[in-house]
This record gives sequence, C-alpha cells and structure tokens, in this order.
Amino acid sequence: MDATKQEVTKIESDDTSSSVEIKVLLFARARELTGVPDLILKVPSGSTTQKCMDELVVKFPSLEEVRSCVVLALNEEYTTDSAIVKHRDELAIIPPISGG
Amino acid sequence: MSSNEKNLIEILEEGRKVDVVKYIDYVSAPQAGAIATFSGTTRDMFEGKTVLELRYEAYVPMATRCLGSICTTARSTWDIHKIAIAHRLGPVPVGETSVFIAVSSVHRADGLDACKFLIDELKASVPIWKKEVYTNGEIWKENSEFMEKRLELAEKRELGEETCG
Repeated sequence: MDATKQEVTKIESDDTSSSVEIKVLLFARARELTGVPDLILKVPSGSTTQKCMDELVVKFPSLEEVRSCVVLALNEEYTTDSAIVKHRDELAIIPPISGG
Repeated sequence: MSSNEKNLIEILEEGRKVDVVKYIDYVSAPQAGAIATFSGTTRDMFEGKTVLELRYEAYVPMATRCLGSICTTARSTWDIHKIAIAHRLGPVPVGETSVFIAVSSVHRADGLDACKFLIDELKASVPIWKKEVYTNGEIWKENSEFMEKRLELAEKRELGEETCG
C-alpha cells in the first residue's frame, strides 16, 4: 500500500471514531473576508453546523462581521444550526443573497 | 419531479449573454396560448450613486437545484406548459439582462402569476450574489425578499418540508 492510500484509510477510520472532515464553501462577502473560496475543516464527530461555524470564526475572526446574517447549506440544501455534519459533507456559508 | 416537466434552467458562464429569443423559443408550443416573460436588467444608479460595474457569482449546483425546486412548486400551483430560467454570472454591463424567465401556459393568468412567483422566489432563496461597484466604493447587495425569508429557510428544513433539491 502506498503512502496516499494509507492516508485515505486513516481519514476514513477517523469517521467512526474522533473526527470528521468536511468541505466548506465560502461565497461573496464571506469569501472576501477569509480570502479563500473553500477549505477542508476537521471537526469532532457529531459536530453540528453551528459548531463548524464557531470553528470557522476562530480560524477567521473577520467572519464575525457576517455571522449574524448568514444562512448555512449542507450538501446543497438549506440547513439548521443543529444539523450534524458527516464525513465529506459540503457546508456552504451563504451571506445575504442578491440574485435577479 | 415528474418526467413530463419541461424546464430549461441555465446559470450562464461568465461572459455569456442571455439569449432571450432562445428561451422564448424553448417555451413556445402550439397548445400554449400565452408566454409570460420577466427580464431583469442592471440599473445605472443606486441611492444616487453611479454604478460602474455589476458582478454576479453563484453557488451553481445549489442554485440550479433551487430553481428546479421552485419550478416544481410553480407547477403544483398553476397550469404551466414550459418554463425557462437563465441567470448571468460575472460582470454585467449596465442596461443588459441579468435574469430572464419565460413561462408558457394555455391561458395567460397561469403564466403571468407563475412568472411573478418564479422571480420573487429566485430573489428570496436562490444562492446568487451581486456586487455593485461605484465610483467611491463597492457593496454586496442584499435582497429584501431573502432577509424576510432567511429564518424560514431553516425552519422549513426542520419541519421536513421541501426546500431546495
């Protein structure tokens, strides 16, 4: 088994034990504040989307500016603060929208 | 979503203009006595400030799903034949079409009401953003329709009702 495969196995085994990795997408003002369009976030298993948001604000204190007005989407659907994230979920930070 | 639904949903790549004729052609049909359309164009002024440039971005996969979901809701309320929705991305010069909706129906009332519903819902819940650049600064716009619906989007999810997707 090469090094890459071993790493993948290790991440998957974490899924059921201590932590999960999710992909975070940042749009519009949230992307400008952090300077990144997406990132991988590692959080304890059983974490809520709110906990993920808390972690993001620790990582990027500037996100505090938009925190009160963003909504979250989990795997392309609007979600609640209490939803539990799973390994490889996609969490999107949605600042106030302005389409049209 | 039933297979007989006829929707054309396009979040256009940066630089592609809205081809209004294409979407009207898509929805037109011999049995449809009416085609209702809405065209949203970019304005040159906001609160007295001159807009130099408008720039759109989207969470494309979710925006596409959301629009599909909104079409399904419209079809459950009105008797509609076909729907086409297009939205531009990237810089859009002032005066050009940023969003276009066409709805065909047997009778005009269904098409007109559905068309209004579709643009109102698009502005309230579809993840697309617009930045306006002025001579003295720039701002990410916020739709009032979204601010009113913001909490509801999450609550619906808790009740197990269909939102996007």
